[in-house]
Amino acid sequence: MTSKPRTQFAIQSRLLHWLMAVMILAMLFIGIAMVSSLADYHWLVAIHRPLGIAILILAIIRLINRKLTKLPPFPPTMSPAERRIASASEKLLYALMIALPLIGWGMLSAGHYPIVMFGAVHLPPILPAHPELFAILRAAHTVLAYLLFATILAHVGAVLFHTLIVRDRILDRMALWPVRRPKVADPAAKSLE
Amino acid sequence: MKPFLTIDPTLTRPALLLRLALIGLILGGVAALFAWRAGWFTPHTLTQKTVIDTFEKVDGVFPGFRRNHAKGVCFRGYFESNGNAAALSRAGVFSPGRIPVLGRFSLGGGLPYVTDAPSTVRALAVQFQLPNGEEWRTAMINLPVFPVQNVQQFAEQLVAFAPDPATGKPDPAKIQAFVAAHPATARALPLIQQRPISSGFADSPYYGLNAFTFLGTDGKPTPVRWTMIPEQPFQPSPAADPATLDKNYLFDNLIAAVRTAPQRWRLILTIGQPGDPTDDATITWPDDRQKIDAGTLVVEQIESEAVSPARDMNFDPTILPDGIAISDDPLLSARSAAYSVSFTRREGERKEPSAVTTAETGK
Repeated sequence: MTSKPRTQFAIQSRLLHWLMAVMILAMLFIGIAMVSSLADYHWLVAIHRPLGIAILILAIIRLINRKLTKLPPFPPTMSPAERRIASASEKLLYALMIALPLIGWGMLSAGHYPIVMFGAVHLPPILPAHPELFAILRAAHTVLAYLLFATILAHVGAVLFHTLIVRDRILDRMALWPVRRPKVADPAAKSLE
Repeated sequence: MKPFLTIDPTLTRPALLLRLALIGLILGGVAALFAWRAGWFTPHTLTQKTVIDTFEKVDGVFPGFRRNHAKGVCFRGYFESNGNAAALSRAGVFSPGRIPVLGRFSLGGGLPYVTDAPSTVRALAVQFQLPNGEEWRTAMINLPVFPVQNVQQFAEQLVAFAPDPATGKPDPAKIQAFVAAHPATARALPLIQQRPISSGFADSPYYGLNAFTFLGTDGKPTPVRWTMIPEQPFQPSPAADPATLDKNYLFDNLIAAVRTAPQRWRLILTIGQPGDPTDDATITWPDDRQKIDAGTLVVEQIESEAVSPARDMNFDPTILPDGIAISDDPLLSARSAAYSVSFTRREGERKEPSAVTTAETGK
């Protein structure tokens, strides 16, 4: 057949994963703090806007990269049902990474706000100013942000379960350093036989 | 069929439970941190939502209207910069020339159908549309100083000055207690009460109150406050019994004045000196501070809220072009936060007709 399967994601995929993990978690915490704060509101929003657009750009790059690179196979410890759930949750994460910044951008457009990045740099509106549209997108932004947070928690929970309880070294696939998997010493894989 | 999950068989039962607990602790910890940042553990802290809730408690809820400055009318016009401020700020609004503006005149308070009265706070909100697509939004009022220093005091003041449901009038004892507890308010109130009250919107000055920082092309910061000074000569407030005046007399007179001729204000910048407080809107800067006439705001056409884009515009004072930045005044971020809640609430509500329309003066 072709070359032997990868044990890890491509290096640029791993870098994108961890960079975006930090950015998105920061973004979720900035977002939730922002909507209740008074004194910190201004600087939090000032970071939230350009950080969101940076996430959008990186998410698009990441989506293209995913289509172009070969993925490592799921570990043998994962059942077909779990693989289906894992694939679906990855699709959901990608969809939210792209949808949330777009909705934020559209929401500011519909709210007749200037979309300020930094200094004099700003983005054009992508939707016409419209009150009901603003209200719908504003609500959607909140609901989908909670969904993203919940999906990330589930993702982290699943990886922790595999790492600490299944002990199948699943994290090696995404480790920033190169890992050569010792094929033999995998008690969990053996137990499946 | 494969089981959904497999467990490493070499793990002992206590080890397994310990590891499960660790996973729970990590996930629970992150979720708790999130909930803490959301303020779910501190429900009694003043937030942007509770500020607007306080307005709704005091004035009631009028769907579709601003929670403060609810009664208003919009306008179109232009700002003609004379270039005098270009050395202080690199913002395009100060380059010589004319740019379009949109704005709104309003009365303070959350009552959209309130009867016009001479002493009610009058406000002017302006959106300057810069040639490169940037915006400058500002909301000014006709008080020479602000009665409070920060949003905590502002929320307390709203409650202290609210009409007593039994008498329909504010409770003097509550007001006295608030003023006694806040020396800044005690200093500011005489200046507010002794201000000359003009006949209407057109001959009123409008003060920006909060200090801002102008940034020059070289990045040099300058503390600045701004005021719109009317070119229309001052006329004292009508001596007639307010009860004989029309419910909308302030707005009707404004609409009539703009129909007769464009109404004009000079944008006057006051330049702060080192040591002048930039974080306290209850204090004016000394009278001898340099003043710069930066240009003229011209109101050409009054528009009813129902047809103006200014109705669905948030006049957030932190929407600034490059070359103007916020100062350390804590009111600015708090205003921005509270305005966003008011905006989000009213945009999702069905719009009711406004009290003031341009049609009514034609009757």
